[in-house]
Amino acid sequence: MTTLHVAPALLQAVDPNNDPVTGGAFFWFTVLKMLIIFTIYMVGVAMLTLAERKISAWIQDRHGPNRVGKGWLQPAADGLKNFMKEETMPAGVNRPLFVLAPMLSFLPALTAWCVIPFGAPIATRWGRVDLVVADLPVGFLFILAITSLGVYGIVLAGWSSNNKYALLGGLRSSAQMVSYEISMGMSTIPVLLLAGNVTLNSIINQQAWGGWNVVNLTVAFFIFMVAAFAETNRLPFDLPEAESELIAGYHTEYSAMKFSLFFIAEYASMVTASALMATLFFGGWDVPFTAHDNIGPYSGWLSLLSIVIFLAKILFFLFFFMWVRWTLPRFRYDQLMSLGWKVLLPLALVYIVLIAAVILGLSAAGIEDARLKAAIFGSINVALIIILFAIFDRGRVISPAYGRMPAQEIEKLRRIDRRRRVAAEVAK
Amino acid sequence: MAIKVKVVDRPVEDVSYIRAALRGMSLTVKHLFDVNGRVTTQYPEEKSPISPRWRGTHRMLTTETGKARCVACGLCPTVCPANCIKLVPGEDEEGNRYPLVFEIDEFRCIFCGYCQEVCPEEAIHVGRHYENSEYSREGFVYDLQRLMDQTHPVCEMWDPEDPKGQ
Repeated sequence: MTTLHVAPALLQAVDPNNDPVTGGAFFWFTVLKMLIIFTIYMVGVAMLTLAERKISAWIQDRHGPNRVGKGWLQPAADGLKNFMKEETMPAGVNRPLFVLAPMLSFLPALTAWCVIPFGAPIATRWGRVDLVVADLPVGFLFILAITSLGVYGIVLAGWSSNNKYALLGGLRSSAQMVSYEISMGMSTIPVLLLAGNVTLNSIINQQAWGGWNVVNLTVAFFIFMVAAFAETNRLPFDLPEAESELIAGYHTEYSAMKFSLFFIAEYASMVTASALMATLFFGGWDVPFTAHDNIGPYSGWLSLLSIVIFLAKILFFLFFFMWVRWTLPRFRYDQLMSLGWKVLLPLALVYIVLIAAVILGLSAAGIEDARLKAAIFGSINVALIIILFAIFDRGRVISPAYGRMPAQEIEKLRRIDRRRRVAAEVAK
Repeated sequence: MAIKVKVVDRPVEDVSYIRAALRGMSLTVKHLFDVNGRVTTQYPEEKSPISPRWRGTHRMLTTETGKARCVACGLCPTVCPANCIKLVPGEDEEGNRYPLVFEIDEFRCIFCGYCQEVCPEEAIHVGRHYENSEYSREGFVYDLQRLMDQTHPVCEMWDPEDPKGQ
């Protein structure tokens, strides 16, 4: 509350804790927020390449990059290298699309960030500044719309390269991303049902008071997480790249900074997906186990703390992304499809109905206490997870290709085979 | 052709994806935090020990007066299977033979060590050395002076305590 002494006259006109900034101050604050977000985002993405290499090294009992500035300057060295490299333009490429594709794959991930709130509001002498670049009323719908555009970059890259591996990667990617988009959207509907609104700020507010959605909607979180892995083309769903099958998939023909942009796009969408998981299911910038951050008076320190908390949540998910990447092998194509369509989508649909019914039941029973509600939701989720684990633990559920054949089916096939052999004998 | 479908009936804990994935994750995280388990040798700073019988690039030993021990007998170019040693013998006023030209093409050399084994004067040796780099192919044709200038340890063709390799 030091601002009180600085400008008492201004404060009488505008209450910094309640009235949002307007006019010229609003414009300049937005520009400032954009600059800060963009800078931190790009530097963070660069450092993520280092983090990925370090974590993969440690998991594989290696040291990882430790030469350029003890390893810390490795991203800078890589960036410099990519700028200096020759730009190749293979014969037969569709030039405009070939150049456009890397940009298109990077932009959606970056754009999605403008509606993600990254901290508690700050009280300034000009009024309250929400720590989000654009607090759109349609917040979450905007994210769904924008992130689904990411597939364009990959498909266009695959198609315009005039290379069969790239084309296969692009095709796989379109099938995969379109399939998992649906499960992803469906898994977030329970979140919107609980929040009763699509602005991300109200989703965070609801979690700050009613407990994090990871407790309330655990199953939705798992569906969202799996779908997010598929959407970002990370292992175990990296079929579009699949270096052991498709060379490098959709970016086979790319070199220098254009290739680098695809790389940046992958990490950028990872950061965005992590931020979304944190926002939708882990309370966003909500400081856990405290209530005073949920309501004013807002101060700089509180905002800083909430930003740090949000960053910590994002970093945890990023680490999780990498941890999974260096552990699990790639899914086969049919496994990928059947996981998306036969497991995640029906599960998400059933879960929407279940959660809607529970919300309806709770309001009919007149239960308003947030803790009791969270406990009810939590116990429902625990029960559901135990059931789901028992089903999916049977193995082979998502993999029809080598599913067990019933005895009579085998017998039928053998009979057909026997008949054919007899016919062949007769023909002789 | 008969269709043979072999169905192995494994217990659930063996075929479960979830359990296998969790087990894998716990294994990788164990390695992630295993700071002392990092096995990479930090090469230019750290070097793995090499065998005393390592056969690398050559070295010519010298006498106390700083001359090459070689007497240009011609045994090493004769025995060399890769034909990489070029020797032109010379003779001084006192009738001592010495090499006028002694060159070893290290690119042709197969590092069999026969030259060291056959040398009656124990002059030419293969060395315990492996870091070689040059800017041209010609750089790998070592002349007499270069062979004498090498300082790396030489190969022990056999263990002195166990000469027959028992």
